[in-house]
Amino acid sequence: MLRTDTGRLSLILLFTPFALWILLLIVLPQIGIGYLSLQVKLAPRVYEFGLANYFEFLNEPIYWNTLLRTAWISVLVTVLALLVGFPVAYYIAKIARKRSRAALFLLCLIPLWVSDLVRAFGWILLLRETGVFSSLLQGAGLIGEPVELLYNDVTVVMGLVYTVVLFMIVPLVSTMDGMDNALIEAGYNLGGSRFTVLRRIVIPYAMPGIVAGCIIVFMLCAGSYLTPVLLGGKNSMWFTEQIYQQFITRYNWEAGATFGCVLLAFTSLAVWLGLKLTGQNLASTVAKD
Amino acid sequence: MNVAAPNSGFLRGVYGGYMLLFFLYLAAPLIVAGVFAFNDSNFPALPWNGFTLKWFFGTESPKIGMFHDSRLLRGIGNSLYIGVIVSAMAVAVGTCNAFLFERKQFPFKGFFYILMIVPLVIPGVILGISILVFASMIANGADDAIGIELGMLRPGIPLVILGQFSFLTTITSLVIAARLRKFDTTLEDAALNLGATRFRVLSTITLPFLAPAMFSAFVVAFLVSFENFNTTLMLVGPDAPLTITMYDRMVKVGSTPVLNAVSFFLMVGSGVLALLSVLVNRRKTEE
Amino acid sequence: MFDLQCDNLTKMFGAFCAVNDVSLEVPSGSFFSILGPSGCGKTTLMRMIAGFETPSGGDIRIKGQSVLSIGPNKRNVKMVFQHLALFPMMDVGENIAYGLRCRGDSKSEIKTRVAAVLDRIGLAGYEGKRISQLSGGQKQRVAIARCMVLEPDVLLLDEPLGALDLKLREHMKIELKQLQHQFNTTFLYITHDQSEALVMSDNVAVMNAGRFEQIGAPEDLYRAPSSAFVAGFVGDSNRWSGTVTALDRDQVKVGLDGGATLVAPLAGGSSGQGGGSSNTGRLSVGDTASVFVRPEALVVTPGLLPDAPDRNRLQGTIDSFLFNGANSRVLVRTSRGELIEVDHRLDGGLSRESVGQDVTLEWPHAGGICFKAED
Repeated sequence: MLRTDTGRLSLILLFTPFALWILLLIVLPQIGIGYLSLQVKLAPRVYEFGLANYFEFLNEPIYWNTLLRTAWISVLVTVLALLVGFPVAYYIAKIARKRSRAALFLLCLIPLWVSDLVRAFGWILLLRETGVFSSLLQGAGLIGEPVELLYNDVTVVMGLVYTVVLFMIVPLVSTMDGMDNALIEAGYNLGGSRFTVLRRIVIPYAMPGIVAGCIIVFMLCAGSYLTPVLLGGKNSMWFTEQIYQQFITRYNWEAGATFGCVLLAFTSLAVWLGLKLTGQNLASTVAKD
Repeated sequence: MNVAAPNSGFLRGVYGGYMLLFFLYLAAPLIVAGVFAFNDSNFPALPWNGFTLKWFFGTESPKIGMFHDSRLLRGIGNSLYIGVIVSAMAVAVGTCNAFLFERKQFPFKGFFYILMIVPLVIPGVILGISILVFASMIANGADDAIGIELGMLRPGIPLVILGQFSFLTTITSLVIAARLRKFDTTLEDAALNLGATRFRVLSTITLPFLAPAMFSAFVVAFLVSFENFNTTLMLVGPDAPLTITMYDRMVKVGSTPVLNAVSFFLMVGSGVLALLSVLVNRRKTEE
Repeated sequence: MFDLQCDNLTKMFGAFCAVNDVSLEVPSGSFFSILGPSGCGKTTLMRMIAGFETPSGGDIRIKGQSVLSIGPNKRNVKMVFQHLALFPMMDVGENIAYGLRCRGDSKSEIKTRVAAVLDRIGLAGYEGKRISQLSGGQKQRVAIARCMVLEPDVLLLDEPLGALDLKLREHMKIELKQLQHQFNTTFLYITHDQSEALVMSDNVAVMNAGRFEQIGAPEDLYRAPSSAFVAGFVGDSNRWSGTVTALDRDQVKVGLDGGATLVAPLAGGSSGQGGGSSNTGRLSVGDTASVFVRPEALVVTPGLLPDAPDRNRLQGTIDSFLFNGANSRVLVRTSRGELIEVDHRLDGGLSRESVGQDVTLEWPHAGGICFKAED
């Protein structure tokens, strides 16, 4: 009897901080912005309950165009990050020798330890009109005048891929690390070509890692702020920037909360779809150590 | 022969070249950001005017080094303050969560586990605004109802700490739970059998085993807190941490080599911390 | 005087009965083993004695005192775990001192006690070694020393040899027995390995499906098993099943499917002295019964001999030789297709060249034992 009582007590003691954290910092605040987004401002300090904020979002093409643009660039970045990251992950997990494997993996993680801001700052120094690339190209005589490489979509995509590719490589390496080389050998032994072995053995094996990587990358991308704003400049048209403007610049919290809800609904939908289509679940993809 | 590798020498060369290019791509902006901290010029750009440490230690305008720039120093101070407090909180709650989910059975455990992971998949900006909105609602409510002004619920360091804590706790929970899962519970039985009290078992057996994971969870939380931008941006008040101060400087003043100096300082700092965490874990797991 | 007594001990996990009405008494200073297949409930029984599980019914007494209300960290029963559970973050000295520290002994006393116990197990001066530096056998001894330094009333050992390789296991069997003599403490040993139980123990309890089948000295279990399970589990046996055709005092006639008839004494009869909970008592004509015969009771004679009234005979051919030194065996395939194991005697006149030769298996009626078959 005594022991089950202490068991219950310790359960309560452990559950309390968890409940406070989730309730006060996650659940209630989300409900809070949901509630705020349904408040329609009639006059200063006078509000009405309604969907008008959402209608305004739909009626203003610039708003939902920004969302669509954010969405499709995020998809593009996810695909590019997979294409760029897969060969790297495969090299680290399967080709590199034991000793250099750990070193390469750590090397991949180095940018992770450095602030987003520093990375974006580095790109600005490289790509702007007076930047390193421009100077080098001029010095080599390839161009006559300074060239501005910042503030265009290609740069934004390149910068985003740079910030997120590590989150693609890490889950890929950890999945493929577990794959026995004998599987590949068996694939060849049974008469498979290089391409068949890749398509029928390696990729299916790496699938959980691919899904996990894609979800994390997409989320990070759609929610990123610094990279598109700094590399894209004034007309980057990024959705998180809209939220920031509504909240901080225009002090229109109701509209900002509405945008926040739209972004959250959109990313949740994307994650849910990704999980459904591939038959994975959230706990196994995100929480894998 | 490694069957996983391409078997023609040419393809192997192409693959190796690709890897080299990739690491160059990873390193280029970091190198540039770091190197220009040592260029004796008023702009972080070519040409190279010679080596200098003025951007770290300089005292005369325009070359005031980062260690004599009071706003940057205050930013570093705020970041350290926030980072230490938020990491300690996140490790404490993360340890509780690890025990909760690894050791205890309770109804709807699967659902609560998902809830624990959810903060990782909510965009940081949204975490920031939702906490801002919720805190303001409470503060306004308190103001209207009982006329008390709850200053700590207005944008400022306390809210930044809460905002970062909201998602860092998920990271620390996962790191510590992964280590706890590897713990052999018969060690606890053995200690109990040898006459130890439950508290003594926890402090002499279980926590020492978890210590390296708690340390690396602290380091990870500290680094992420130090470099966090999105959530912090929404919650920041007059005492801005370093990333926000840098961003302000970048947008308002434009880039100056003192920002390179700060970048260099950040890279070295986080590199050292991360290395320390790797070493601690390697030594502990080899036993 | 008994160091450990269990009275009608029962443990239920939901509807599943892991330990079912088990009673045992372990005399002071003896080596007592519980032998059973994995999943028979022996680990649950031991965890109840150590205090990690609360019994659903029954009582546990140590030195005559009930310990049910005493927590696992207050019972004077120490345990050597299956994988030893030595604390990897501490060195040898700290591991052994752990219990003494918990007890609150003084620093100087701990030091002398640790040194003394290390000396007794032949590891004097090993205080500062890390656990990972020890060999398998040394770890074993440290795990025992860690418990013995606390002078427990009973030492529990949960299959501690399971993780060792064969050679070391054979060696440790003898060493464990010697350690038990040396410390003169009651050992309760759990294993699924019958040779460990038979070699080391003063008494063995055979456990199956949560119950004790039989408790006795190792030689009693071997010579006079009280149930079919014990006969099959302890030592090697050949087994025939058939129908009871006649009952004559303690002798049973069992008709096999192929037509042959075997005669064997009924278990628990005049020849069986092992007590225990025998359920084979009531046997009547027409019941299904099993006859068990040890390989060493069988004799192989070349040629096909006719049936004899005073002994059992079965005809067959030599199938193969299994050479294993003193434990070599001959496999005989009977005319009914069964493979029978027979001890190979070097003077038996059989060799590898005899494979395929017709032979007759024979043994005296008293050489086998008959049980009612379980449903």
